[in-house]
Amino acid sequence: MSIEPSMRVEDKLFYNRYLVDTGRPHIKVRPHAKPSPQLLSMLKACPARCYELNEGGQVEATVDGCMECGTCRIICEESGDIEWSYPRGGYGVLFKFG
Amino acid sequence: MIEEKFDAIVVGAGMAGNAAALSMAQRGMNVLQLERGEYSGSKNVQGAILYADMLEKLVPDFRDDAPLERHLVEQRFWMLDDRSHTGLHYRSDDFNEDKPNRYTIIRAQFDKWFSQKVREAGATVLCETTVTELARDANGKVIGVRTDRRDGEIRADVVVLAEGVNGMLGTRAGLRERPRPEKVALAVKEMHFLPRETIEARFNLKGDEGVVIEAVGTISRGMTGMGFIYANKECISLGIGCLVADFQRTGETPYGLLDRFKRHPSVTPLIEGSEVKEYSAHLIPEGGFKAIPQLYGNGWVVVGDAAQLNNTIHREGSNLAMTSGRIAAEAILQIKSRSQPMTPQNLVLYKKKLDESFVIKDLRKYKDMPALMHTRSQNFFLTYPQLVSKAMQNFLRVDGTPKIEKEKLTLKSFTRVRSRSGLFGDAFGLMRAWR
Ligand SMILES: Cc1cc2nc3c(=O)[nH]c(=O)nc-3n(C[C@H](O)[C@H](O)[C@H](O)COP(=O)(O)OP(=O)(O)OC[C@H]3O[C@@H](n4cnc5c(N)ncnc54)[C@H](O)[C@@H]3O)c2cc1C
Ligand code: SF4
Repeated sequence: MSIEPSMRVEDKLFYNRYLVDTGRPHIKVRPHAKPSPQLLSMLKACPARCYELNEGGQVEATVDGCMECGTCRIICEESGDIEWSYPRGGYGVLFKFG
Repeated sequence: MIEEKFDAIVVGAGMAGNAAALSMAQRGMNVLQLERGEYSGSKNVQGAILYADMLEKLVPDFRDDAPLERHLVEQRFWMLDDRSHTGLHYRSDDFNEDKPNRYTIIRAQFDKWFSQKVREAGATVLCETTVTELARDANGKVIGVRTDRRDGEIRADVVVLAEGVNGMLGTRAGLRERPRPEKVALAVKEMHFLPRETIEARFNLKGDEGVVIEAVGTISRGMTGMGFIYANKECISLGIGCLVADFQRTGETPYGLLDRFKRHPSVTPLIEGSEVKEYSAHLIPEGGFKAIPQLYGNGWVVVGDAAQLNNTIHREGSNLAMTSGRIAAEAILQIKSRSQPMTPQNLVLYKKKLDESFVIKDLRKYKDMPALMHTRSQNFFLTYPQLVSKAMQNFLRVDGTPKIEKEKLTLKSFTRVRSRSGLFGDAFGLMRAWR
C-alpha cells in the first residue's frame, strides 16, 4: 500500500535514480560553531532531508539524495552558510518521469 | 575549446530553451544548446498540463508523435478542510475535440521528444554539460560561456539564458537577483502507478479523456500553497507546493504535507493500491509581474522561469516559457537578418514583442495577487476553507433546526472568526488584485 502513514523520506528517495559523483559533493556547509536560523530551517525544509544535526550541534549536509531543487540555495546562500552549485554535468538525480 | 563560433548558445533544454533553440535552428541559425542533465528532461519536474496552442506555434503537427497522456475534459477545484472537500467541477464534452486544447504530459518523456525536434532542425545539442559561467569581453558584453567540460570558452553572438527558476548563471553574473524565499514555491510530487482501467473508473473517464484536480485548504496548514492531482494514462501525478518563506516560517516539512494530502479522505480513494515510482521536488517562480528581472542586455536575453515568467493564479508556466523562448528567437533572427549586433539597443526588440504577447499582459493583470496571497495566507488557506466546510455541513445536515437559524449560525461563524470588515477587506483585496 502506498499510503502508509509518514513514510520515511530516505525510503522515498529509493524510488529515484541517481548518479552520485563520489567525493565531490555539490553543496558544502561552511564550518560553524553554532548554526544560523537559516541553516537550522533546512533540517525541515529540504525535501530530501539532506541536512541533519550532528552530535556537536552543527548542521551537516549529505547530498547523495539531493533532488537539486535549490531550496537551500534560496534560503542559505546569501548568508554564506553554504556553497551551492549544480553537480557536474550528467551527475546527480535523473528523473524518469519528472 | 570549441573553435567554432555559434550564432547563438542556448543554456538549458527545458520548455523555454527547446522552444528558442528550435525556432532559431528552423530558420537556419547555427545554434549550440547546452544541458546539464543526461538528456533533456532528466532534471525537470512539472505537474503537468501542456497547453496545445503554444506548442502548435512551434511544432504544428505535434499530435502525430508527441508523448501525450490524456486530453483534459474536466477540471475540479477543491477547497479542503481536514475531513471534507467543497468542489467546483467543470466538465464539457466540447473538450473532446479534434485538436484538444490541453493535455497531461510526463515532463521527462515530453522533453526528450521536444529535444529530438531541436536536433532534427539542425541545432547542436550537448547534454551532460553544466555551464559554469558566462564569458564576457572587456566591455562586459557576453560573448559566450564556460562549461565544466572543457577549458576555455565557447563563443556566440548571443546567449539565451533558459536555465530555469534557480537561474544560477544569471544571478552569479549579476544580471538578476537570486529568487527570494517569498517569491518561489517549493513543490514536491509523486508518481502513482495504477492500471489504466482503474484510473478511468476512479476518475469517470473513457479512452484518453483526462481530469485535473487542484486543491487548496487546510492541507497547506495556513501556508500559501496548493495541492494537485493529474490523471495520466497509467499513473497519477500528485503533489503539493507552498512558498519557501512559509516553509521557513512554519517549520512544516514538504514530505509531511504531501503525506497529509495523500491521507485526506477525499484523496486516498483515488490512489489506493498504487505503486509509487518517483518522488521529485522543484521550485516554481511565484513573484509574478513585479518579480520580472531585466530581460535582455549586452549579448544576452533571459527566457522562461529564469525570467520569473510564470502565472501562478492559472497554473501556467511551460506555455509562457515556450512563448518567451520563441519570441526571443524571433527577435534575435530579426536583428541578425539586418546584420546588426546583439546590443541592448537592438535586443530591446525581445521585450517589446513580449510586452505585446499574452505573457506580459496576463502577468500584469495579476500583479498584486502574489503579495495579497502571501500576507493573508492564513485567511485564504486555513480560515475560509474551514468556514466553508462548516457552512456546507450546516446547510446539508437535516436535524430539525429551522433554516433561518441555520443561516444565522453560518453567518455568525464567519463574522466570529473573521470580522465583517475583515471579510469585506479580503473580498475587496481579492477583487482588486483579480481585475
Ligand atoms: C510541480 C510543478 C508543476 C507544474 N505544473 C505546470 C503545469 O501544469 N503547466 C504548466 O504550464 N507549467 C507548470 N509548471 C511550471 C513549468 O514547469 C515551468 O514554467 C517550465 O518548466 C519552465 O521552463 P524553463 O525552460 O524556463 O525551465 P526548466 O523547464 O526548468 O528548464 C531549465 C533547464 O535548464 C537546465 N539548466 C539549468 N542550469 C543549467 C546550467 N548551468 N547548465 C546547463 N543546463 C542548465 C536544466 O537542467 C533544465 O533542463 C509546474 C512546475 C512545477 C515545479
Ligand atoms: S537542493 Fe533541494 S534537495 Fe538538494 S539539498 Fe538543497 S534543499 Fe535539499
